[in-house]
Amino acid sequence: MSTCKPMVAAFVLFASAGAVAQEGPHLGVPVSPADVAAWDISIGPSGAGLPQGSGNASAGASVYNTKCIACHGEKGVGKPSDQLVGGNGTLHDAAPVRTVGSYWPYATTLFDYIRRAMPWPQPQSLTPDEIYSLTAYLLFLNGVVGETDVMNATTLPKVVMPNRDNFDVAYHEPRRR
Amino acid sequence: MKKDLSSDALEPVAGNGLLHRRLFLTQGAAVLGSGVALMTARNASAAPLEVPATMKTPGVPASGYGERSRFESKVQRITNGAPPTPGTGGSRTPLEYLEGIITPNPLHFERHHNGVPDIDPEQHRVLIHGLVERPLVFSLDALSRYPLVSRIQFLECSGNSAGMNTPEPAQQGAGGLHGLVSCANWTGVPLSILLQEAGVKPEGKWLLAEGADAAGMSRSVPLAKAYDDAILALYQNGERIRPSNGYPVRLFLPGYEGNMNVKWLRRIKITAEPTMTKDETSKYTDLLPNGRAEMFTFPMGVKSVITSPSGTQKMQGAGLYQISGVAWSGTGKIRRVDVSADRGKTWAQAKLDEPVLSKAIARFRLPWRWDGSPSVLMSRATDEAGNVQPTRAKLMADRGPNYRYHYNAIQSWNVTAAGEIGNVYV
Repeated sequence: MSTCKPMVAAFVLFASAGAVAQEGPHLGVPVSPADVAAWDISIGPSGAGLPQGSGNASAGASVYNTKCIACHGEKGVGKPSDQLVGGNGTLHDAAPVRTVGSYWPYATTLFDYIRRAMPWPQPQSLTPDEIYSLTAYLLFLNGVVGETDVMNATTLPKVVMPNRDNFDVAYHEPRRR
Repeated sequence: MKKDLSSDALEPVAGNGLLHRRLFLTQGAAVLGSGVALMTARNASAAPLEVPATMKTPGVPASGYGERSRFESKVQRITNGAPPTPGTGGSRTPLEYLEGIITPNPLHFERHHNGVPDIDPEQHRVLIHGLVERPLVFSLDALSRYPLVSRIQFLECSGNSAGMNTPEPAQQGAGGLHGLVSCANWTGVPLSILLQEAGVKPEGKWLLAEGADAAGMSRSVPLAKAYDDAILALYQNGERIRPSNGYPVRLFLPGYEGNMNVKWLRRIKITAEPTMTKDETSKYTDLLPNGRAEMFTFPMGVKSVITSPSGTQKMQGAGLYQISGVAWSGTGKIRRVDVSADRGKTWAQAKLDEPVLSKAIARFRLPWRWDGSPSVLMSRATDEAGNVQPTRAKLMADRGPNYRYHYNAIQSWNVTAAGEIGNVYV
């Protein structure tokens, strides 16, 4: 289990770090938020930063069958890469099946990950509409949204994943002294 | 003390021939001599010594970048078959071939999520933005002018030793089973300095670290860790970091699970909450038998493994051996390592090589007089916070077979009368 005892010394170090941080030579070049837009691709659970665009499951199916099926199988059954669909109710089993539907706690992670890393041979090649559509398709296959539900910057963060409340955070902020 | 050693050092201090940890120190040549006698008695007489050919012809000249002896080419990182998508796998450090505490750069373990990018340092930039007063972009030249800190610390993949979850023990060596750990001298810029220059806003509590690889590898890190001992590492064992370890710059978070130490670092975004990336939700979370999962299990647990003698090696007949192994903890220094040669019934404290450093591999040693009978060797590490490496049975009982990450149980090596050594569950 992850219950290793932390060292008290680490807390002291942290608490004083702000005061003792060394002075640096200030060589960072200021940059405007607009100029970092192309790099700022991470999307957290709030959905802040999600781009314009939208898509539903039927549009997603055609993208999936063109660009994803070779690795993830028909309708996300997996092989050779991860199974994306199914496995609901198996997390207590001897052989749990962890998929988007059975395990992932946040729907925004789908958008974030597909955009940055998929399809595997051509990451960052999909348009926002394609990513929203694929996200909708995978959520639909997992019974999380309806076939015609539209995913966009407003609707996606509101999707509640089935396994959302079954994670416990093991990390605890050190106490300040 | 000397008297005790000279008279009693060859008396076992624990079952099945474990000898005192100071036997191999300078005290008592007679003691050592009698030990060596055990080893050499089988060889009646050596062949006549001849002048080697290397003394009769000049050697090769100096070279620009050194290579190891051609006779050592068998020492290779270990890969476990081709993954379905090339570049998503890794390779393990062959622990059983190495000594000391430093992993040579070409043998440092690898774990990639979409291959190793070929990055021109002139073009590379590190962006710090998000909840900061001043978003900043740093070139490598700029980072190189910052104050550097240098520490010897281990890095371990969260999924190291996952092969120990199988119902039957896999027959591999120490590196094949546990080689997703390495230890190097990492040198870099304290992240706290850069954060101070950017000016973190009060609501900033986490950062997202992102790599410039084709996976856009990304993990959320608590700012407390960033201020504590995080660095942007530029050097690995004195030379620039290897491409497979994040050239030209990687995040290094001492003691934390490997993939948080984002390689090819290109972006740090200060956030109020974790970003909940794929690699901290879908992966690198720990599923318990009750169906709940733990997330953000950052520090690697206290752990050790005997590397000599170890799986796939062979004993060279009865006699005196030095047991040698590695121990580490993501919480701090290793305080002690105990060794058993009788399946955990009795234990003897091993000697730790100096230096013993925080969040670094420590090398332990203990003399063992093997009488040729079937034996089981085990090592059990304790760190300075008092964390003790658990037995496999305890670990499996506590967290079930599907936990997948953070395996840190005691490793047991079975030694047969024929001298074969294998992985065994005790």
